Amino acid sequence: MLGEGILKGLAETARNFAGSYVSAERLTTVQYPEQRIAPIEATRDFPFLVYDGDNWEAGMRCVACQICEKECPPKCIYIVKSTDKKPDALGKMQIYPARFDIDISVCMSCQICVEVCPFEAIKMDTEFELSTTDRFGGLLLDRKQLAKSNEHFHQIHPTEAAEVDARLAEEKVKADAKAKAAAEAAAAKAAAAAAAKAAASEAAAKPVAAPADAAAKPVGGETKA
Amino acid sequence: MNGSSFIDKADQIFILLKLWVIGFLPAWAQQAAGVVLCVVAIICVFPGLFAISVLLERKGLGRMQNRLGPNRVGPYGILQPVADGIKSLTKEDLVPNSADGVVHFLAPVFLVVVVFMGYAVLPMGRNMTLVKMDAGLLFYFAMGASTELSVFMAGWSSRNKYSLLGAMRAVAQMISYEVPLLMSSVAVVMITGSLSLEKIVEAQNQYTWGLPHWYIFTPWGFAGFVLYAVAATAETNRSPFDLPEGESELVAGYFTEYSGFKFAEFFLGEYVGMLSISGLGATLFLGGWSAPFAFLGWVPSWIWFFGKVMLSICVFIWLRGTLPRLRQDQLMNFAWKFVLPLTLLNLFVAALWRFLGNEWERWVVCSAILLLAYVVMARVGFKRKHIGPRSYRYAD
Repeated sequence: MLGEGILKGLAETARNFAGSYVSAERLTTVQYPEQRIAPIEATRDFPFLVYDGDNWEAGMRCVACQICEKECPPKCIYIVKSTDKKPDALGKMQIYPARFDIDISVCMSCQICVEVCPFEAIKMDTEFELSTTDRFGGLLLDRKQLAKSNEHFHQIHPTEAAEVDARLAEEKVKADAKAKAAAEAAAAKAAAAAAAKAAASEAAAKPVAAPADAAAKPVGGETKA
Repeated sequence: MNGSSFIDKADQIFILLKLWVIGFLPAWAQQAAGVVLCVVAIICVFPGLFAISVLLERKGLGRMQNRLGPNRVGPYGILQPVADGIKSLTKEDLVPNSADGVVHFLAPVFLVVVVFMGYAVLPMGRNMTLVKMDAGLLFYFAMGASTELSVFMAGWSSRNKYSLLGAMRAVAQMISYEVPLLMSSVAVVMITGSLSLEKIVEAQNQYTWGLPHWYIFTPWGFAGFVLYAVAATAETNRSPFDLPEGESELVAGYFTEYSGFKFAEFFLGEYVGMLSISGLGATLFLGGWSAPFAFLGWVPSWIWFFGKVMLSICVFIWLRGTLPRLRQDQLMNFAWKFVLPLTLLNLFVAALWRFLGNEWERWVVCSAILLLAYVVMARVGFKRKHIGPRSYRYAD
């Protein structure tokens, strides 16, 4: 019947109107500046630079490799490499960014910089209250403004941060093992060299015993030779 | 005796105030001053009601959509219209380079002037009519029809395709619905025998067993009121008939190129037009300033008038919160193939009512004719897809 749907619709809106005064769960509005809800974990807006430890400058993971700068589709990243080196998270001496600027008025939040970074140094932030009275300078963030601690990363994206930490720890273990192996090899080498040297001097002193000794340690003797 | 004189004074308070003020003036200036005072009162009161209805609309629509609505400016957001007014006054007034400057400026002014002219003949209370005109209804419709001109002026002078499209839609729609609007009012004129709005109210201001003789309580009056409400909604470009400003396809329709206070003038014109057409509807069908029950006759008449107007505004808001916008062809089909034939039939039914005498049979006969016509026309309309749910030729 014509008009039936209209009456049903009117009843529905009337129910909403009255219900919104009676039951609070109908109103989904969050009174924003006073009330806040935590952003969901997948939230992302603009990138930030992760640092370990307490000192943002010393602990910054970024090594100024400039991959993100080259991959950034809107070209909002600007990096200047340092001339000196500092130890990175793994203790290796690396160059670091003397300047690292992101123009968030240009950034399109695509997360490509995060995906290409081999050092887990750049991650997406959830900070959205970025309004400023200076629309040029105020939206061009430098490395100090971009630097945020790993704890902050853990707070905003706990799952991802745990994965990243595990990966970094694994790499650290690997690197340590490698370093240890290298050190052992070096030590062994040094020991072998010393032994060879001793053997050589011994052989010179006792030529009769030399054939047996040479057969026992041919490698050391060979390398030495 | 004392009590009744107090009631009379409360009823006539505005008239007495006016007489008191003009009493200070010399005799030759009194009449002119009285008219100016009334005009000033109208120009102050209705924009005030406009502010209230905008606030009601924003809060009410919010609640219908399970939102809170504006609640920041002042307690419960009641100062929101003030903030909006200040904002529109301080905004830059942009005129497009290629626009016709003079017409572009005149269109909103003309709209507001014409809309306020309609109030000249509305009886807002006992003895509260600015111009006691014998052909008041005719004057009202003449003024109401002029709003189309201003809408088209706005659309044409802006030199913008959206403005022009909006204006063309608006003119097509307003002219189409002007016809049923007039026709549904003509039934009232036929029964009352007068075009004077004052006489129309007087005819309804009678009581039988404490119940009023409002025209809405007759079969032809009820049908007429519903048809009038439909046509009035379309005439004021209100949802679901807000195609002229359909923001999803036309930016803002005919006032796309308006900003600042000119935009506010269009906004004012729309709402003041709504208030005035509600006032006319109340006058024609809801007994104007007369009380709904005889025992409430002591309440000042102007309270009833403004109460009925604000109630109609609430219904407008309710409809806006409920109905989606029509498509252009549905709008036209509805006007010409459903509303107009029913209004014409309603004229016939009103004539029947007039000549069937005072018997109970006329209730049965008139109601039956109207109900039957409604059912049959709805059936036919649905069948031929003139009215009813949307159907899409290519997207089914």
